[in-house]
Amino acid sequence: MQLNGDNEEVPHKVNANAEAPNPASAAAVGSGMTRRKWLRKLYRQRYLQIMALLGIAWMIIFNYIPIYWNVIAFREFDIIQPLSAAPWVGLEHFKEFLSDDSLGYVIRNTLGMSLLKLIIGFPLPIAFALLLNEVRSSRYKKWIQTISYLPHFLSWVILGGILATWLADVGIINKILQALGFIDTPISYLAEPKYFWTIIVSSDLWKELGWSAIIYLAAISGVSPELYEAATIDGAGRFQRMWSVTLPCIKGTIAILFILAVSGLLNSNFDQILVLRNSLNESASTVIDVYVYQTGISDGRFSYSAAVGLLKSVIALGLLLGANFVTKKLNDTSLF
Amino acid sequence: MFSLKRRTHGDVAFDWVNNVLMLAICFLTLYPIWYVLVNAFNDGTDAMRGGIYWWPRMFSLESFKTVFQSSGIMTAMGVTVAKTLVGTVVHVLFTAMVAFALSRRDLIGRKLYTFIGTITMIFPGALIPTYLLIRDLGMLDHFVVYIIPVLFSFFDLIIFLSFFREIPDGLIEASEIDGAGDFTVFLRIVIPVSMPVIATIALFHGVYQWNDYFTGMIYVNDTDLQPIQTYLYRVVAQASSNQMISAMPSGVAANVTSQSLKLATMVVTTAPIVIVYPFLQKYFVKGFMIGSLKG
Repeated sequence: MQLNGDNEEVPHKVNANAEAPNPASAAAVGSGMTRRKWLRKLYRQRYLQIMALLGIAWMIIFNYIPIYWNVIAFREFDIIQPLSAAPWVGLEHFKEFLSDDSLGYVIRNTLGMSLLKLIIGFPLPIAFALLLNEVRSSRYKKWIQTISYLPHFLSWVILGGILATWLADVGIINKILQALGFIDTPISYLAEPKYFWTIIVSSDLWKELGWSAIIYLAAISGVSPELYEAATIDGAGRFQRMWSVTLPCIKGTIAILFILAVSGLLNSNFDQILVLRNSLNESASTVIDVYVYQTGISDGRFSYSAAVGLLKSVIALGLLLGANFVTKKLNDTSLF
Repeated sequence: MFSLKRRTHGDVAFDWVNNVLMLAICFLTLYPIWYVLVNAFNDGTDAMRGGIYWWPRMFSLESFKTVFQSSGIMTAMGVTVAKTLVGTVVHVLFTAMVAFALSRRDLIGRKLYTFIGTITMIFPGALIPTYLLIRDLGMLDHFVVYIIPVLFSFFDLIIFLSFFREIPDGLIEASEIDGAGDFTVFLRIVIPVSMPVIATIALFHGVYQWNDYFTGMIYVNDTDLQPIQTYLYRVVAQASSNQMISAMPSGVAANVTSQSLKLATMVVTTAPIVIVYPFLQKYFVKGFMIGSLKG
């Protein structure tokens, strides 16, 4: 993928491609002379090959074997038996999930929170980056950046602890609302399902607003100052410059991040939800990932939960390709 | 970015509003952390009444003392420090090593290797299959479960790769003529000139290791092997203040509550990251940009 501000890299990349030898064709030419040459080359770079193959071996074990393990979704796998002893059951587990009572609220919670995050959490970092870029003092700008990145480095466990403190009966939120006369008795926010989505979306925004803006700031820094000068001479004000110079210049970046955001609609922030959910807010907090975790790890229904997970991955891949297709048509930008 | 000779009234007004808005965002970012901090430094029993917003009402270090005296918390802290140090060093070295091999243009099979890696980014490992794999490998309840499954990342490799391609070929060729082997070139030449990108990846992975509670939660039962974040997760999410109280050594001051102990543990757990990251900021912003532009 290619974004703005990549000027240095582009010629180099082209160069690398041009010089890259084609190992497949080199190997295919099997005549004695080239073969000996090829073997000698292989021997000369034997240590490099060891380095590369160690990485490949790791990927085969930790990425490819788990991909293969997805077959248990089509079998009745029991943890005390080897995989080969598990009988094939076809699409049984998928059918079971699709007719399960929990399907409705699991989908609703997953999509509900993801869409809210997309509607609120996607445009706000762009707005933040645009406004931060307008700050004149570069020292002040640096400070704001440092502070706004900080929450990204806190773990969700810590943030869960902070939120529990804030939302407690004697916490600051209840105190403020009581002082202002909005409520008479303290509310236990984390114990009531109706507040859960709001807590998730706003705490995510608090944590990631500054961090998500980094990439837009990078793209903005690649915009040529001459464009601004030209716009100013034409009499454009600050908002007009943002709207008709900055935004169009970074729309490629926005498009790519939008594709990624849409393809992640079925992903929830597992770390975040796991910390904030409890038995009282279950009806609003059980998302697909939590459901897979519960049915699989907690209840030991490995085949069933693997089927749910696999179904999710397949739909996510479809979303990725779909979003990629749409932005390509609209915007001429795409991931692949 | 550029200066105008004359600023209109609209410009001045815009700057004012914008600066105030930015200040408000900074306040909203910092205040929740400050609130925890002042409550942690307050006397535990007194803090239960609430109403501590700007400054401790009854300053007390008792909670922090208790944290450092609790063997449970200190063991968990030790696990976190060990997994962060070991995990980060081997992750950076291993990923950089594979990236170094893949950065060499004459490497036989380079395209195939890159293809194998790209696939792993499109299909990340799902929870259940990964769990079964870790179980089969006998890593449950073992320290290596924090290290080996995250030893390598193709995403980090791409960041390394784009940096290594910038290293002049002459530098590597010259040392090869001097008779240095590939491992020597990697350790003596490539690593020393790549410190900015190494700092970036080390920070990202170090923060991941420091903050990760999930691994300790699903793969580890042994409480002596659980990191501080998993320990805190059990206290925060499962609201098991019993565990927090049981962590208190006997003869602890009466004005330390489970809540104040929790806050003090949170502060101690977070302090290292908050202190370290501003110094590494200039590196990671650059590294993040390279990564996102390429990825």
